[in-house]
Amino acid sequence: MSLPILSLTTFAPLVGALAILALPKANSARWIALGTTVVTFALSLVMLAGFNSLDPGFQLVEKLEWMGGGISYHMGVDGISILFVVLTTALMPFAIAASWESIETRVAEYMVAFLVLETMMIGVFCALDLVLFYVLFEGGLIPMFLIIGVWGGKRRVYASFKFFLYTFVGSVLMLLAIMSMYWYSGTTDIPTLIASSNFPAGMQTWLWLAFFASFAVKMPMWPVHTWLPDAHVEAPTAGSVILAAILLKMGGYGFLRFSLPMFPDASLLFQPLVFTMSVIAIIYTSLVALAQEDMKKLIAYSSVAHMGFVTMGIFTLNHQGIEGGIFQMLSHGVVSGALFLCVGVVYDRMHTREIAAYGGLVNRMPVYAACFLVFTMANVGLPGTSGFVGEFLTMLGAYRANTWVAIFAATGVILSAAYALFLYRRIVFGVLVKPALQTIQDLTLREKALLVPLLVVTIFLGVYPKPVFDVTTPAVMKLVDGIKLRNANQGAAK
Amino acid sequence: MTLQADLLVVLPELILALGAMTLLLTGAIRGGKAAPLVNWGAVALLAVAGAVALCVVPADATAFGGAFIADGFARFAKILILAGAALCILLADEFFATSKLSRFELPVLMLIATLGMLLMVSAGSFLSLYMGLELQSLALYVLASFNRDHLRSTEAGLKYFVLGALSSGMLLYGISLIYGFTGSVAFTAIAHVIGEMGVSLGVIFGLVFLIAGLAFKVSAVPFHMWTPDVYEGAPTPVTAYFATAAKVAALCLFLRAILSPFPEALEQWRQIIVFISVLSMALGALAAIGQTNIKRLMAYSSIGHMGYALLGLAAGTIMGVQGVLIYLAVYVFTNLGVFAGIQVMRRNGHAVESISDLAGLARTDIRFALVFAMLFLSLAGLPPFAGFIAKFYIFLAAMQAGLVIPAVLGVLASTVGLVYYLRLAKIMFFDEPAPALDVRQSLAPRAIMVMAGAVTLVLIVVPLPLVNAAGAAARALLP
Repeated sequence: MSLPILSLTTFAPLVGALAILALPKANSARWIALGTTVVTFALSLVMLAGFNSLDPGFQLVEKLEWMGGGISYHMGVDGISILFVVLTTALMPFAIAASWESIETRVAEYMVAFLVLETMMIGVFCALDLVLFYVLFEGGLIPMFLIIGVWGGKRRVYASFKFFLYTFVGSVLMLLAIMSMYWYSGTTDIPTLIASSNFPAGMQTWLWLAFFASFAVKMPMWPVHTWLPDAHVEAPTAGSVILAAILLKMGGYGFLRFSLPMFPDASLLFQPLVFTMSVIAIIYTSLVALAQEDMKKLIAYSSVAHMGFVTMGIFTLNHQGIEGGIFQMLSHGVVSGALFLCVGVVYDRMHTREIAAYGGLVNRMPVYAACFLVFTMANVGLPGTSGFVGEFLTMLGAYRANTWVAIFAATGVILSAAYALFLYRRIVFGVLVKPALQTIQDLTLREKALLVPLLVVTIFLGVYPKPVFDVTTPAVMKLVDGIKLRNANQGAAK
Repeated sequence: MTLQADLLVVLPELILALGAMTLLLTGAIRGGKAAPLVNWGAVALLAVAGAVALCVVPADATAFGGAFIADGFARFAKILILAGAALCILLADEFFATSKLSRFELPVLMLIATLGMLLMVSAGSFLSLYMGLELQSLALYVLASFNRDHLRSTEAGLKYFVLGALSSGMLLYGISLIYGFTGSVAFTAIAHVIGEMGVSLGVIFGLVFLIAGLAFKVSAVPFHMWTPDVYEGAPTPVTAYFATAAKVAALCLFLRAILSPFPEALEQWRQIIVFISVLSMALGALAAIGQTNIKRLMAYSSIGHMGYALLGLAAGTIMGVQGVLIYLAVYVFTNLGVFAGIQVMRRNGHAVESISDLAGLARTDIRFALVFAMLFLSLAGLPPFAGFIAKFYIFLAAMQAGLVIPAVLGVLASTVGLVYYLRLAKIMFFDEPAPALDVRQSLAPRAIMVMAGAVTLVLIVVPLPLVNAAGAAARALLP
């Protein structure tokens, strides 16, 4: 048997967490956490090296007996999931490093929570069994609950409860759906279910809705997005980074992994619903973002709008749309993570997130202004940044599926330019008049080391996105062909 | 069948009965100083009885003309009961040693109650069922008021006694009706008669009274009123005993007394069970939110948990019984851990029971807080803890049996229940610390907490042995 690289990657952070528990000094906890996340990232690169991007199926598969009765510990990655794993492992060192100085109390517990969260997140993207997926999907709630609740801002208790209960209510319905799938097909094995998805149309509708409840909250889609701004505002910087960059992607990943291949008829049936919700999310939350006084809240609402593009792209059910959705998720992971880090930089100095408290930062922080500018532009979707590729492809796909949707979504692009540039102007440009800002310092070496790699990735993927598509295309083609085949059979049967 | 063979089948019960009397004599002769000796003797007896039940008693045997059944189902329940009882005695040892109330009667009473429980889960007819039940109940009434100089404790004992007597009366009345309309008290004979003649109105009446009486014992809504007062008033280790061993016995008895004699009346009893199950889940979740005393909170939590377990019974299938048994196993260990934690809650030598006393525990004693929170979240059924496995199998069985709406209500109730478990986590982790609890190393409770914490984690990684054992036990009950 070959090296179980998926399990190694998944559980490496857990080992680090145990090491911290054994040695709970603040400084050693920081270094152990950073070391663990870097090692995990290296392991995920080994995984990527062992991945054959021409093969559209599941690879590096591991399967062990777990709960019996067709419920097993089954891990594997395909072209859709592997990049999310790498995104997770790549961003974790940044999250740890971003917390280096800003977290001063209960450091060991903080690092343990993050490492446990990383295990759950990697596991979610690797799990090839519905029950295993569910356990890891829900398991990530507890560490995030603690991260928001213990190290968060003023209204942390409210935000953490809201975060937990919203996502939990969505997921319990998914659990029941998983059970009825088990009784219908006798297994919870994801590859088997995808290969032989034959749920009758009526049942698909209910199952789809149950899964949708969970993923729509996680994503989050309008109108169940209201937990996100609260969670983002109250969470510590690194918590916001991980929340925006990875936890939200679980929703989109869930659509791709379950809703589309397992319930193709229902996905087609509910396409108009998802389109409507996506367009409302894109336009409405962009307008809401315009009115925000709090930097983090503004970026949070912009995340909801961007996730609107993702859901729209995924449910175009065509190749461009889905690939665009995946790319958009990856790009948003990097860009929104970086934006929250940028907010963290000034927050650490001034301890306020109020936009009105800033202005004219370019005079004293030119490097910061430059970095922030690139990420703002990527958020807007300027060509040449990674944000453009995803938005363009999702709209291209939407245009094929429904022209009106594409037109409405395009207005969202304009709105996103409005709020993002408005934010940038209020913070960075203008004359530096506020007395508190007179002595503000530019980026430290640590902060540069955090932002520059993300900046490079943002521009690289914007200029040369092919490496991503090389990995995703075969799997996406297989997914789209599966849906087409299924719908064609349906047509023939009628 | 010879007498020797019969006695071999009831060997664990014999050991407990004779052992309890010996310990009683030892205590009476040696006086108050004998308490530690009697405690450890009782634990040893329970261990021996468990080993005998596991290794010596022949599989699938019956004794005394079918009145006593020692099948795989009974064995599974007995191991759980014995383990729960032994750990409760260890808790009681520490509890009473610190409060200087140490008396040798307590372990003896617990042994006798445990004996009653073993008889309950092995009962093959309504007569032996009733005998076991009363033996257990009478010992439990005394245990509830064991702290006899304490107003709340005596009140708890009296309440428990009055309501318990009432429920026993209903139970007996139901049994008499069933006997009158089927002509037998043996489970197999009743099942046979109902299979041949159908379900008569009299049997249904009897069934309703029977279920009402049993629902009292498992504290299911609407027969739950005694639970919070008794849980709060009784000494903590005794409450732990009520919440673990007693619940296992009562629920296993419930399973056998419904499923063995009345498989043909499934349609009739299922609606009642679904009703009390859904009500218990809902009330347990909603009423717990407002509690400030942690023992009362655990009482409502246990009402809710009985609701979930009864959902497995409502399924009426092997899968359902398996689910109940898995649920009970997880529930016993998690609850023991929680009550051990409650017992450790002392400040300046005095026991405190208010939830707000836990405030900021994570900062004064992070290990204690971590394990405590883990146990609570496991009770909430949150993955990745064992409580999830338990709820998973219950709901899986309910879905299989087509009980979709009760299952949906169940998961919604578990979401509501999550609110108060999360509140406990919030109080321990987010709030400003209250004055630190005594850090005195109370060995037994802490060890039990660690063990319970380990069980909640290990079971999610390797659930298969428990799942298989519960499955085998369920097949023994429902061939």
